[in-house]
Amino acid sequence: MKKIEATIKPFKLEEVKNALIELGIEGMTVTEVKGFGRQKGQTEIYRGSEYTVDFLPKVKIEVVVADGLLDVAVEAVVKAAKTGKIGDGKVFVSAVEATIRIRTGETGEQAV
Amino acid sequence: MAGAFYLTAGGSTVRADHTDPAAAPPATEATPTAAPAAAPAPTDKAAATATSPPAAADAAAPAATPPPAPPDSVGYPPGANAGTVTDLAWPVPADASSVNPDGKNKVTTDELIQNVAHNKISINLVWTLITGFLVMFMQAGFALVETGLTRAKNAAHVMATNFMIYGLGMLGFWICGFAFMFGNYANGPVPIGWQPSLGQGLMLLNQGWTVTIAGHPFGLLGLKGFFLNPSVFDTAVFCLFLFQMVFMDTTATIPTGGMAERWNFKHFVVYGFWIGMLPYAIYGNWVWGGGWLAQLGQNFALGHGAVDFAGSGVVHLCGGVICLAGAWAIGPRLGKYDKNGKPRAMPGHDVPMVMLGTFILAFGWFGFNPGSTLAGTDGRIAIVAVNTMLAGAAASVGTLITMYRVNGKPDPTMLCNGLLAGLVAITAPCAFVNPLGAVIIGFIAGVIVVFSVFFWEKRGIDDCVGAISVHGVNGLWGVLSVGIFANGSYGAGWGGVHKLFKDGAWTIINNDSAPATLKQFAELTGTGPTGGWTDVGVTGILGQLFGAPAGDATQLVAQVINALVCIVFVFAFSMLFFKISNIFVPIRSKREDEIEGLDVPEMGVEAYPDFPTTDKTSPAVH
Repeated sequence: MKKIEATIKPFKLEEVKNALIELGIEGMTVTEVKGFGRQKGQTEIYRGSEYTVDFLPKVKIEVVVADGLLDVAVEAVVKAAKTGKIGDGKVFVSAVEATIRIRTGETGEQAV
Repeated sequence: MAGAFYLTAGGSTVRADHTDPAAAPPATEATPTAAPAAAPAPTDKAAATATSPPAAADAAAPAATPPPAPPDSVGYPPGANAGTVTDLAWPVPADASSVNPDGKNKVTTDELIQNVAHNKISINLVWTLITGFLVMFMQAGFALVETGLTRAKNAAHVMATNFMIYGLGMLGFWICGFAFMFGNYANGPVPIGWQPSLGQGLMLLNQGWTVTIAGHPFGLLGLKGFFLNPSVFDTAVFCLFLFQMVFMDTTATIPTGGMAERWNFKHFVVYGFWIGMLPYAIYGNWVWGGGWLAQLGQNFALGHGAVDFAGSGVVHLCGGVICLAGAWAIGPRLGKYDKNGKPRAMPGHDVPMVMLGTFILAFGWFGFNPGSTLAGTDGRIAIVAVNTMLAGAAASVGTLITMYRVNGKPDPTMLCNGLLAGLVAITAPCAFVNPLGAVIIGFIAGVIVVFSVFFWEKRGIDDCVGAISVHGVNGLWGVLSVGIFANGSYGAGWGGVHKLFKDGAWTIINNDSAPATLKQFAELTGTGPTGGWTDVGVTGILGQLFGAPAGDATQLVAQVINALVCIVFVFAFSMLFFKISNIFVPIRSKREDEIEGLDVPEMGVEAYPDFPTTDKTSPAVH
């Protein structure tokens, strides 16, 4: 089992979700987050004074998938979230040691 | 008396109305001679005992054949002829000794005149009250604009200052502000033939402090009407009080924006009483209460004296100057300027709130400016209203263009400042300029406000909402613009000065109420051999370009004096107040409270307890 953590532009959430659902992904967790990358936020002018928004709003999606599904899932996320412009975000993949479905007590890939 | 009234006779109720032919459908209007006579005769004792209203009408006018009475349920939907002689009659038997001694059932000429005059005063009262209610609602607009432009952690605090200024200021105005401002209203300089529009009760406001310098009277203060005491217990005075109170509150609520997010609420309470009682009222007396700035025309032949139709100076410049003094005295918000003194942006937390508030203010301005005629019977209100909306619109466009050129993006909060700047600027000249003048004044205001906001920001004056620029700087522009753009089509005799024009020459008549003056005025403006002079209204230096027979530079001089007096007096008085009061109640909130947000430490509640109010964009406090 692998966990995909994708930090994406908020307005891309719907497309990414649909792409993953098409692959048969059965659940995901979404969090509104803020952060910065190499651009260090962005500068705007408000009433004559510059200001930098250090932390831009993003959405973080967390999906746990079976190993066999990982590559297509990552590909789907990247494809759906891409605009080609600065700030598209990042995808992290990590191993998941265990999964338990609380209601039934199932474990492993069955519980994903 | 609208609709039917009922007389009780012999235990039965008789309906004694709806027999008026003029109130019947239009077909019966062709019998006008029957109208007065065939009106229901409630003053006729017969009516009280008659079983049907037409019988009573017959008795009153046997010669006329009354049209068939419409059934009770028939109304008169067109409404054009609503109001007939019936509506003037008294429902009292004709033999009652005190009614209509020479006509019994008829309305006498005197009664007719009384009714017409009463209507005029009533229309003026209703108009002034309703526009006053609109201005009161501007408090809501100010509250939204100022709160939206400040940070979420102070939202309850900023809202509360806007809320409590209404009560604090009003009580201050009731205690002495109104008396200082309007206590000598009846002795101010007025045009020939002037009558108080709200009724003769205004003439009760007849006591003040006037000094004579070099033979000229200088009105300095009104001194009647403290606590609206019984000596001024009159509908006209109360109507004036309401209207002027909400104007004072407009001034009072301007500094709550510029000084927001760091103003100790307890000091604000002291300020609330102070502004209701003193600075606005004193300066206002000089311009609107018949004081020495209004007398500049009569005393020194400076145009019509200081002319400020609805308060670009009295309300907005005054409020803006107090705001400047306050923002100066209280210092910038923590973190507003970095170590090098460079300003840093502190974006407001709710732009939609700002824009809603701005629309509410623009709506309220339809009370502010047209209401300042104090007369619904003054048809000029239509022109005032149109000029007001045009100037606001032109200003928002002026700001839009300026912001695109200067910043690349318009910034909605600046657009709001722009619209308001135009409305502030047109407030003094709204009655005296034509639409082109209004658009020019507004557009320039929209440009000025942008650079003004940037200017104060760089100068270290932290004005969270742009109040100094919107109200102060553009209030100044509005006062001056009267002396530039006024086109002479309104305000003849303003300030007691009649400027008569004929064949390129001026004759100036000061209204001193002397019979000789009135005779001279009548002859010059009449059709006789010496007549033919035009009584020209308030005229600016460029007035001729906008339709005046000639320009008038003296009016601009009066406007400049007015503006300078306002700036110098109000600023000095305000600075004095802020410095002295600061000794007893600190003007500035505690540092830790300001960093945390003033809502909980000073007010006891958070504005948005369900949401985290992290200070997303504010720079760290150094």
